[in-house]
Amino acid sequence: MGRCLMLLVLLLVPVFAQSTPVRIGSKVFTESVILGELAKATAQQAGVDAVHQRELGGTSVLWKALQQGDIDVYSEYTGTITHELLKNVAPDADIPTLRARLQPLGIGITDSLGFNNTYAVGMLADKAAQRHISRLSDLAAHPELRFGFSNEFIDRVDGWPGIRQRYALPQTQVRGLDHALSYRAVASGAVDAIDLYSTDAEIPYYHLRTLDDDRHYFPRYEAVYLYRLALAQSAPQFVTALQKLAGRIDENTMRQMNAKVKLHGMKEDVVVAAFLGIRADTRADKGLAARLLQTSIEHIKLVMLSLGLAVLLAIPLGILAARLKRLGQVVIGLTGILQTVPSLAMFVFMIPVFGIGTWPAIAALFLYSLLPIVRNTHAGLVGIAPELRESAAAMGLPRGVRLRWIELPLATRSILAGIKTAAVINVGTATLAALIGAGGYGQPILTGIRLDNIGLILEGAIPAAILALLAQGVFEGIERWLTPRGLRLQARQ
Amino acid sequence: MAIAEARRFGFALERASKRYGAVVALNHVDIDFSAGSTTALIGSSGSGKSTVLRLLLGLDYPDEGTVRVDGQPLGPSKVLELRRRVGYVIQEGGLFPHLTLSGNLALLPRYLGWRAQHVQQRAEELAALTHLPLDVLDRYPAELSGGQRQRVALMRALMVDPDALLLDEPLGALDPIVRHELQDELKRIFAQIGKTVIIVTHDLAEAAWFADRLVLMRDGAIVQDGTLQDLLDRPAEPFVTRFVEAQRRLPEVRS
Repeated sequence: MGRCLMLLVLLLVPVFAQSTPVRIGSKVFTESVILGELAKATAQQAGVDAVHQRELGGTSVLWKALQQGDIDVYSEYTGTITHELLKNVAPDADIPTLRARLQPLGIGITDSLGFNNTYAVGMLADKAAQRHISRLSDLAAHPELRFGFSNEFIDRVDGWPGIRQRYALPQTQVRGLDHALSYRAVASGAVDAIDLYSTDAEIPYYHLRTLDDDRHYFPRYEAVYLYRLALAQSAPQFVTALQKLAGRIDENTMRQMNAKVKLHGMKEDVVVAAFLGIRADTRADKGLAARLLQTSIEHIKLVMLSLGLAVLLAIPLGILAARLKRLGQVVIGLTGILQTVPSLAMFVFMIPVFGIGTWPAIAALFLYSLLPIVRNTHAGLVGIAPELRESAAAMGLPRGVRLRWIELPLATRSILAGIKTAAVINVGTATLAALIGAGGYGQPILTGIRLDNIGLILEGAIPAAILALLAQGVFEGIERWLTPRGLRLQARQ
Repeated sequence: MAIAEARRFGFALERASKRYGAVVALNHVDIDFSAGSTTALIGSSGSGKSTVLRLLLGLDYPDEGTVRVDGQPLGPSKVLELRRRVGYVIQEGGLFPHLTLSGNLALLPRYLGWRAQHVQQRAEELAALTHLPLDVLDRYPAELSGGQRQRVALMRALMVDPDALLLDEPLGALDPIVRHELQDELKRIFAQIGKTVIIVTHDLAEAAWFADRLVLMRDGAIVQDGTLQDLLDRPAEPFVTRFVEAQRRLPEVRS
């Protein structure tokens, strides 16, 4: 066990040591990834080495990683900062206020990049022009308009009920729609206005006009970069360049960039290069085989390391549990509780301890692997027929010898079945590890979901399924090989 | 004679009681098994006869009273050493299914550091004693008949030449012909090895076949301790007669 710990430390050292390049994070949606690429290109222009850890899950992952110094920069929205990240701050606090509140945390904030990505109401541009509608308050004069709002927007107090009251809107034809369908509904004329996010890629694609929130009802979601203040010492030129991006991207520009990636299949770095007027660095682009090789190595590494460590701990725990009844129930109960923690939450819980990347993912998968192995080891040992256990004891062999020569061999099948279960669960769960920057088959799946690209989803999903089957097959082989022949004969009778 | 005496030892229970939950398995039992004697414990299931063996082997400890082995009280510190000096055979043999017969036989000798050659030699001796064909030693327990399994269980119990042999219904699971055959062989073996033997059975005829001294138990207590003749002629209480008469004879058939 001590040797394992040492190995763990040795393996971790290089991870902590190579902290020289600036690390940029992004959330798992396109706009965030584009802004991540923008920060990276900006750093490189300023002569600072940078890496982009893309698609790191949601706000909580990025915020924790930034606070802990696992990443140095990511893009955020002021509304999110006031609602979710800081406590006791006015929902409409301005950026200087936020800057003062973030400083004690060691975190800096740029000025607004120039766009506000908030809820908005949109109409076909032609239709809006015909009726001279450009602001939300203009809607009051057109009670015949039909609205199609997402269900969430209809229900939220700060959604439809709120704007209806603020703008005294008279419309009665309001329908709940799935957000994915609402663009098509408004384009086909089935409804006249829909709710949307103001930088959605579909806005230019469907020629929509977003109506001005002239009474400032919706909260402001100004795009900003959050960065670690320590960067001002380690990479001052980068911080300066980052601050210069303020005010350079208006809503329309952001929409166009989102559209190029999401609707036209362009790569984020190419879009960003075009925006900055530089050439994209395409050397890093890889073919399918190279990508598969990389995700496979990452994925298998996650599964094997977590499973290996779990076996080292879970088998002794299972033995202990079988020997000491009361403690056994506690151990099995605790590992059972671990199993009930939702996977994503488990990955996020690991961030404060291990940061982001491979190790927190391995730690989470390790914890998930414990239960099946502990339980099967325990079941295999307590399931040994009492007369066999008694015969072993009556021989006068000490406990340790009985365990090694008799009890563990008799429990082999059950233990291996537990490891097999853990392996198969691990292969599946490890696809979520991409959300905390561990890569693996989850990476193409995340990108595929984000870009609505079935091919990319399959690029992760198919190998993951194959790996699960492979793990199953390999462990069945090991089971056959390790199960003593006498037990197989016995099972046949 | 004095040398032979030193190689054998006796057992005793003094006022021993054992409870399993609400069930009283033994109730203040006093009994002595002298060195070199052969004793049969008889009684119905649940009478406490198996519990006596378990206490003598230190597989359980009495709630009250003392277990004496070779005159010394038995405690946890000496129990492993004691068990190595006592062979134990149970109804289904208790052979380990993951090991071949040789593997089963070699367990204790291997732990005691015997050379493989020595183990093999001893196994062959015992195979001769129990009339087990040598070629089955490489098989697994699952590949044997019930009678062969019991022979191997007996061999395993005798491997390191123990000073005593405790058998708990050793023939209980066998068919009548094999059982009869093994009864003959066991009796011969007991006579040949001259060890302290305690055999548990619920069959009076089998008990009388193996041992002169019969100990009849009921509800965790000893009802009568004596010869078959004592049980027949001088029953200590009506239960003894009932137990004796419960053994079924062949019905009369007209010839």
